[in-house]
Amino acid sequence: MPVITMREALNQAMREEMHRDENIFLMGEEVASYQGAYKVSKGLLDEFGDKRVIDSPITELGFAGLGVGAAMVGLRPIIEFMTFNFSILATDQIVNSAAKMLYMSGGQFKIPIVFRGPGGSAYQVSSQHSQAIESWFAHFPGLKVVMPSTPADAKGLLKSAIRDDDPVIFIEQERMYGNKGEVSDDPEFMIPLGVAEVKREGTDATIVARSLMVPIALKAAEELEKQGVSVEVIDPRTIRPFDTETIIRSVMKTNRVVIAEESHPFCGVGAEISAQIMERAFDYLDAPVKRVSGVDAPMPYAKNLEKLAIPDLPRLVAAVREVSYLD
Amino acid sequence: MSELKVTPMKPRMQAEEASGAGVSIQAKVEAAAATAAINPEELRREHAQRQQEQQERIEELDRDTLHRLLYQMVLIRRFEEKAAEAYTLGKIGGFCHLYIGQEAVAVGALGALRPDDYVLTSYRDHGHSLAKGTSPDEVMAELYGKAGGCSAGKGGSMHLFDAGVNFLGGHAIVGGQIPLATGVAFAAKYRGTDQVTLVFFGEAAVNQGAFHESLNMAQLWKLPCIFICENNQYGMGTSLERAMSLQDVSQKAPAYNMAGEFVDGMDVLDVYQATKRAVERARTESLPTLLEIRTYRFMGHSMSDPGNYRTRAEIEKHQERDPIVVFRTNLKEKGTLDDAAMNDIEQRVREAVERALQFAESSPEPAPEELFTHIYANPPRQDA
Ligand SMILES: Cc1ncc(C[n+]2csc(CCOP(=O)(O)OP(=O)(O)O)c2C)c(N)n1
Ligand SMILES: [Mg+2]
Repeated sequence: MPVITMREALNQAMREEMHRDENIFLMGEEVASYQGAYKVSKGLLDEFGDKRVIDSPITELGFAGLGVGAAMVGLRPIIEFMTFNFSILATDQIVNSAAKMLYMSGGQFKIPIVFRGPGGSAYQVSSQHSQAIESWFAHFPGLKVVMPSTPADAKGLLKSAIRDDDPVIFIEQERMYGNKGEVSDDPEFMIPLGVAEVKREGTDATIVARSLMVPIALKAAEELEKQGVSVEVIDPRTIRPFDTETIIRSVMKTNRVVIAEESHPFCGVGAEISAQIMERAFDYLDAPVKRVSGVDAPMPYAKNLEKLAIPDLPRLVAAVREVSYLD
Repeated sequence: MSELKVTPMKPRMQAEEASGAGVSIQAKVEAAAATAAINPEELRREHAQRQQEQQERIEELDRDTLHRLLYQMVLIRRFEEKAAEAYTLGKIGGFCHLYIGQEAVAVGALGALRPDDYVLTSYRDHGHSLAKGTSPDEVMAELYGKAGGCSAGKGGSMHLFDAGVNFLGGHAIVGGQIPLATGVAFAAKYRGTDQVTLVFFGEAAVNQGAFHESLNMAQLWKLPCIFICENNQYGMGTSLERAMSLQDVSQKAPAYNMAGEFVDGMDVLDVYQATKRAVERARTESLPTLLEIRTYRFMGHSMSDPGNYRTRAEIEKHQERDPIVVFRTNLKEKGTLDDAAMNDIEQRVREAVERALQFAESSPEPAPEELFTHIYANPPRQDA
């Protein structure tokens, strides 16, 4: 299988799907001529023309709403946010229009749209440009939320998101765009939404990690193996729908859980996962569920403070040791 | 490449042609470019006329004011040249948006203010904070992410703040500062002070709802706010023509029944005088103004922009009217500046920038516990 970057995998997914269905168009800031602020849409303007690959003004609320409207009458927009920080301006159209249209119209108007772009922490860009806001979107019934951690997942999940008839929030991690991995070039290669993947099997403790935290969790598992702890790493891949079963199965086996996430802990996705484990598998737990999250503070600019704000390998290793009562 | 982009001086009256229904977007863009294109001879004549105008303005001002404006422009230029060097050495991180080429806008506009007036701007904020009076030491230390920075190392290049000089920040969400400034002006009026608020934003920010909502409120409630669009003709890699239906930004003022003016941003004195008029209107009548100040950035959008969306020739065309060179030359021609005075300015600037670098280098990193300070003004009780 070809080895490509996450960036290329996302690009392939859009290209293949746009060939398959001419109702799909891509709109966002700098997606066309500039080839994408992070080059994810490279080459798409040349291939599909400016009818289908469209540079928008800096008007997030406007073009997000435009996408929802176009979806109401049969198009299948991919709306790129230059970063998810700017989706905050568009949350009205995402939350009040996209998420609820099908419901409040009594099933008449489905919204097949993908809102995608990079999210999570970025390098030294301070509070307004470095934050993980998946829990905002995951909060609302009607939205689906996807966060891939490998190039293959990125491609397979994005293709599913594009073919899905519901609004999908697809959050990529800017720091991962250059990560490489094997990716199928079969145009029908898809990964269904709502299916977690066991990224590494283990027996002593489970780490539930998403996005940027997955490679760190895998490193932690390697390190812990040397210390005699066998760690299972699970990537839910989609936050909504959420594959609780796979996680519960793992908890029943390992009896110990650490949840790793970049986002703030308070009211975060980790809190939800923890609650579900408590509700469904309390009797199987040998230790309280532990979260390793981004700190409960806005992101600082200074390099030394930024380093303290984002979960890292030592914190994750320490957390697994803690739930294993090793220290 | 049309000549359109090298004519920063004339507002383009394009409203009528744009209203022609049934014309394709492509055709409209081409028509606009064609009507706006001018030949090199015309451009030279225009440059000469602009030079003439600045020389007339020089006569209306005293030498101290003129030299102060020049000093500030040179300070910003040299400060940023050093900051760019420090960036490539890895001493400054993240996004770093340089102001080089646009100095006349911040310097001219802020020169028209009283020290207690308020200023807000975008992430391209080094020039505004320096012109407002923040110490270069603290600005450089902030870029370095040090404890001695004007935002304690927490904000970085995009978020300079200095309450001491009423500089209310660099803001990194495009358009986000515009409603904030409207609120600052509201507060000044509410408290009955005669302070004026100036807010700077790029032309791409004009496409955000925040701009339109703010202008409407400001005029509706007669708020002493001056909205300054720094039209450098690009939002990142997207030219104005590709993103805005009516490109005469100053013409958006009438839609809100607001006073609007078009200003040559390469002439610091045009900026100074236009802002003076707006400040007068705000201070005495409590009325807002929209200024479209046409300028051009000589560097990339940020330090990481390769700039493939415009030609070197286009940049060089604009550099012919480098606001510092133009001003210096005119001051000399009018006999208001001699070589000794110019050398003195360069010397003082060099010292200030050198001091700033040393201060930034020697300032300590923020202490680890600073991660959790400044989250709340009334922090929750520790023992709770
Ligand atoms: C809401 C939002 N969308 C997108 C961005 C990314 N971005 C930063 S600056 C910029 C271009 C802004 O151009 P303009 O307003 O003309 O200001 P200039 O950079 O030219 O000073 C973009 C798209 C952002 N910071 N905020
Ligand atoms: Mg601009």
